[in-house]
Amino acid sequence: MIGTRKGLWLAHSDDDRRSWKLDGPHFFMQEIAACAIDTRAGAVRLLAGARSEHWGPSVFHSDDLGSTWTETDGGAVRFPPQADAAVRAIWQLRPDSAARPNVLWAGSEPSALWRSDDRGQTFALVEGLWDHPHRPTWQPGGGGLAIHTVLPDPTDESRVLVAMSTGGVYVTDDGGTSWRPSNTGIKAYFLPDPWPEYGQCLHKVARDAAESRRLFAQNHHGVYRSDDSGESWTSIADGLPSDFGFPMVTHPSRAGTAWVTPLVADGERIPPEGALRVWRTTDAGESWASVSSGLPDSGFFVAVMRDAFTADDVEDSAGLYLGARDGSVYASPDEGENWSEVTRHLPDVLCVRAATLP
Amino acid sequence: MKVTVQLPGALRELARGERAVVVEVDEPATVGTLLDALARQLPAVERRVRDETGTLRRHVNVFVGDANVRDGAGLAEPLSDDAEVRVIPAISGG
Repeated sequence: MIGTRKGLWLAHSDDDRRSWKLDGPHFFMQEIAACAIDTRAGAVRLLAGARSEHWGPSVFHSDDLGSTWTETDGGAVRFPPQADAAVRAIWQLRPDSAARPNVLWAGSEPSALWRSDDRGQTFALVEGLWDHPHRPTWQPGGGGLAIHTVLPDPTDESRVLVAMSTGGVYVTDDGGTSWRPSNTGIKAYFLPDPWPEYGQCLHKVARDAAESRRLFAQNHHGVYRSDDSGESWTSIADGLPSDFGFPMVTHPSRAGTAWVTPLVADGERIPPEGALRVWRTTDAGESWASVSSGLPDSGFFVAVMRDAFTADDVEDSAGLYLGARDGSVYASPDEGENWSEVTRHLPDVLCVRAATLP
Repeated sequence: MKVTVQLPGALRELARGERAVVVEVDEPATVGTLLDALARQLPAVERRVRDETGTLRRHVNVFVGDANVRDGAGLAEPLSDDAEVRVIPAISGG
């Protein structure tokens, strides 16, 4: 799934990810900032968070690989009257673990978390976070004030981590009733106190698939790892050309493996030297190496957004997929060693998701 | 009373392909109560005109006759029995 500023494209490969056929646009002229491929319980459901500049946001799902789409009655994600707020956009759609196949999460702008217990048919506002006393002081980042990361704990149903820009990381240990910030060690250089309890501008957080307490984070300047489910964070930026960027991607099964796409800096949001580069760690951030054969070596002056870089679910040779703001999409069938172009000249790519289908 | 609401092309699919829908609304009627009635009749259309706070979406205009209600009383704009109501997307975007 390739979500863009002006629609959704679907790409599929029948030859082990060597070539791709595109189908689209779906939701033409609507911004697709969130998408998901839910393969749990033996049934494939595609989900798309769409936003029309005129007609507002909604969530759609397809159970036939995009041939038909269904909008849930009520638009799926809508604040209750007492919230006195309106959803501007869906920034994240996140299936929970395989053990909870009907649970699915959404993050929205303004910053709110939504839980579905019917696989995305309907969503309910997680009021414990919406009512958090910190909420009035969360400030919008450049793209808006939104929850862009939702990480349910695969081993503990009562624990969920979210991240927002700005605000930082918040966790619940009681299924969403109460929430607390969890940003110890993450810097907010743009605040008078650069080490606040909350207010950080997290860009993306990803969980290590093999060690569930280990998390990786790309911050607004800063790359971090947590080995204790987010209770504390340690910089792992040494070895990268820059600590700025948006995505953070982890391997679908192998411990300690993650990828980032560095940009020069906050004020210079292009890849260093105009070369699109992916950097990989296989030792949980102790060291990094560029894995970029086949990616543009020059003249590449656009960013890869936080959800426009993803891994598929092939455990022994994970595929990687990234899209950029110039509408180009690249794929690697071998964990980043080699890349090839899937397509170009789409609208700005905002989100990419990939999965093997039965 | 019955008020006819003209729909733009983008919303007709949500109204069974109709270019216009007839909405039954209690008197005295306003644009707001008309949209309340539309929400009961065609919720997927109404929620594209107003957000969940009841506010007209930023880039959606409602005209009564030739007048944009934003230039008048907004959702409190009164409707007469023969009112012609049009939902028209703003010229915006990029």
